[in-house]
Amino acid sequence: MTIAAESKTIEHGGASHNGEPTGMYKWLTSTDHKVIGKSYMYTSLVFLLIAGSMAMIIRAQLMSPNGHVVSQQMYNELFTIHGSIMLYLFAGPFAFGGFANFILPLQIGAPDMAFPRLNALSYWLYLTGGTTMLLGFFTAGGAAAFGWVAYAPLSSYTNAPGPGPDLWIIAIALTGFSGIFTAVNLVTTAFYLRAPGLTMFRMPIFTWSMVVTGMLILIAFPILTAAMIMLYCDRHLGTHFFTVSGGGSPVMWQNLFWFFGHPEVYILALPYFGMVSEIVPVFSRKPVFGYKGLVFATLAIAALSTGVWAHHMYTTGTVLLPFFSALSLLIAVPTGIKVFTWIGTMWGGNISFKTPMLFVIGFIVTFVMGGMTGVMLASPPIDFAVHDTYFVVAHFHQVLAGTAIFAGFAGFYYWYPKLTGRMLRESLGKLQFWMAFIAFNLTFIPQYLAGLRGMPRRVPVYLVQDHVTFLNQLSSVGAFVTFLSFVVWLVNLWVSWKKPIAAGDNPWDGHTLEWGTSSPPPHHNFTSLPPIRSQRPVWDANHPEHADHLNHELPKKEAIRR
Amino acid sequence: MRTVRAGVRSFSELKLTRKLGVVLIGALALSSCNPTFGAYRGATTQGKDIFSLYQGFWYTAIGVAIVTFGALLFVVIKFRRKNDAIPVQRHSNVPIEVIYTVIPAVIVAVLFFFTVKVENRVTAVSAAPNLRVKITAFQWGWRFTYPNGASVVSQGANYPQMVLPVGETTTVTLVSQDVVHGFYIPEFNFSRYALPGFTNYFDLNPTKVGTFIGRCSALCGLYHSEMLFSVRVVTPTQFQTWLSQQKAATA
Repeated sequence: MTIAAESKTIEHGGASHNGEPTGMYKWLTSTDHKVIGKSYMYTSLVFLLIAGSMAMIIRAQLMSPNGHVVSQQMYNELFTIHGSIMLYLFAGPFAFGGFANFILPLQIGAPDMAFPRLNALSYWLYLTGGTTMLLGFFTAGGAAAFGWVAYAPLSSYTNAPGPGPDLWIIAIALTGFSGIFTAVNLVTTAFYLRAPGLTMFRMPIFTWSMVVTGMLILIAFPILTAAMIMLYCDRHLGTHFFTVSGGGSPVMWQNLFWFFGHPEVYILALPYFGMVSEIVPVFSRKPVFGYKGLVFATLAIAALSTGVWAHHMYTTGTVLLPFFSALSLLIAVPTGIKVFTWIGTMWGGNISFKTPMLFVIGFIVTFVMGGMTGVMLASPPIDFAVHDTYFVVAHFHQVLAGTAIFAGFAGFYYWYPKLTGRMLRESLGKLQFWMAFIAFNLTFIPQYLAGLRGMPRRVPVYLVQDHVTFLNQLSSVGAFVTFLSFVVWLVNLWVSWKKPIAAGDNPWDGHTLEWGTSSPPPHHNFTSLPPIRSQRPVWDANHPEHADHLNHELPKKEAIRR
Repeated sequence: MRTVRAGVRSFSELKLTRKLGVVLIGALALSSCNPTFGAYRGATTQGKDIFSLYQGFWYTAIGVAIVTFGALLFVVIKFRRKNDAIPVQRHSNVPIEVIYTVIPAVIVAVLFFFTVKVENRVTAVSAAPNLRVKITAFQWGWRFTYPNGASVVSQGANYPQMVLPVGETTTVTLVSQDVVHGFYIPEFNFSRYALPGFTNYFDLNPTKVGTFIGRCSALCGLYHSEMLFSVRVVTPTQFQTWLSQQKAATA
């Protein structure tokens, strides 16, 4: 009942068909998921460039043991806001606000999101939150300087006075609400607005990933937002949630924060895994290998991720139960399933290495490296040795930044034609990939070694006798070249803007419904839908002799000969 | 036709055996030269235990990397696009899916077994240690207090030195008087948070005489990077002499 009522609201409540607003006014007022999705994407990419510039200053400071590029206070502010932007304002919103918003309704054949106005509210909360965080730099005391994890009591009013930290807290709370609203919206959309014939087990893996991510957000983000409000009350209203003197517990903050923080890691990663699971089949010309296994692996990762938060807290000595180690190690199994599924999809395929596919390969390589060091960190004794060192910094940059950048750009190059109707240049795309891939690993592999030599994270200076100077210089050079690779991407955007090459509806021979409409899609997305009889309706329509619903498993001998 | 096929199969089996052999010999060669994989070997019994666990994880990681990256390299080279053909549309292969689920599960079970074993040894606190040292962390320094009242504390730009006897068990009582700090000695392969309002206990059994750098590992404010100290491990007799001298100096 509500479903019908809801879709009627969309028909009449959205932007009117005739006299449709254009230009700036369209961007400001639209409730169209495609416009909001693009706004999310470009806004988060601007945040990526801002956080990237901060990383450049950080790496410049670490070029020598006693760098004087910025003051110690400024350094602490820079890495705090760098981390906060990357985690709260880039990696999540880029995939979950941007790609999911634009692609998910198209993939399930829906005209828009279930709640278009709530969707617009999400975006504006996100932009407001992000701007609020940056405003901290313009206050007298500077921005927050307690790290993106804001450990109590370093984040108390006594230890971190001034409005900068308050702005940070408010920014996170606003972004938190934005994420919750988007999650409600996406999950509802995927459950209620699927086109006829599109059953749950015919949803593309990308859509599945977003549904599972949405549920994880609904579990984790309310905890974060609540913890932020508690922190604010401690700072200004005299409560004692996290202060020892009032009977509170600083470790409580860590429990709350990481109960959000570890699901958050998968909230950031799962959407990108979803993108990879779309790109690999298309460029291999095969269906995804082990579809149901992949869906259950995604669900298993989500379930396990709610029970592993304490592996961030082994060195507190308060949570040394082997339980947390067991669950953390166990996450390697469904994650491994994903990697083998991607390789299984390529196996026996006819793989074309266009830019999106190259970025996918780069993602798999960095992700597996970061995953293996992640298994080491899941073991408490090893964590005792390297906790809070550059080993950890290298690990989470390889898994998180590696995923968001490599899988993120794979997705961007893959769906850009659908977003704009234009192609990006292959030559520039490949140049960007090779620069980013080599430089990214040059940045982070030396950091593992620096961490093992005993270099702690979050330090603006280090000792000559630690013998990490050369490693840091390698890392800095790598970081600078990684940043240059983004410039190549900007040039690519500019070229595609100035000298457009028309993309057509389906430039990659895509499988899923978004490739069954025009590029960019019309208002309310589809003028007609192909019949949906499998996970790949567009493939079925374009290759009727190889359609999935025929369900022809060839005899083994012929399969070998192809 | 049949015989040819059989021949091909046995040849590929041979190749597989050879590959396995190479992996095994490689692992043996690695373990015989006892590589550090970038880490310290550990200057305490606890640190040594952690180091050998770390080595074990690395051997596993190398095995996993060979299989995963090998398979990836293989498909990338073998199945790159040469023509416009549409390959066989294979959706799944249940036995293979079961294999790549079960084998990783077995691997992590083994890793977990050794993790628990080492964790229990490393976190064990002796009932009757040879020495108890109380360590207090504060912004931005350390205070090391010995049972006889002797103490060493950070003063200005002077980094304090903690002295420990070699071959004996020291139980550390670790607290913080303000924010969260991290008591970290890289060459001991060990760190533990100093928390306000919660006391941590752990044992150190130094096995090597020498001086080691120690530092704060958890961000604790503006001068976090300068919160350094050192640990000097001496013989028990030298330690007793130092302790009485230090007591006189403290008094």
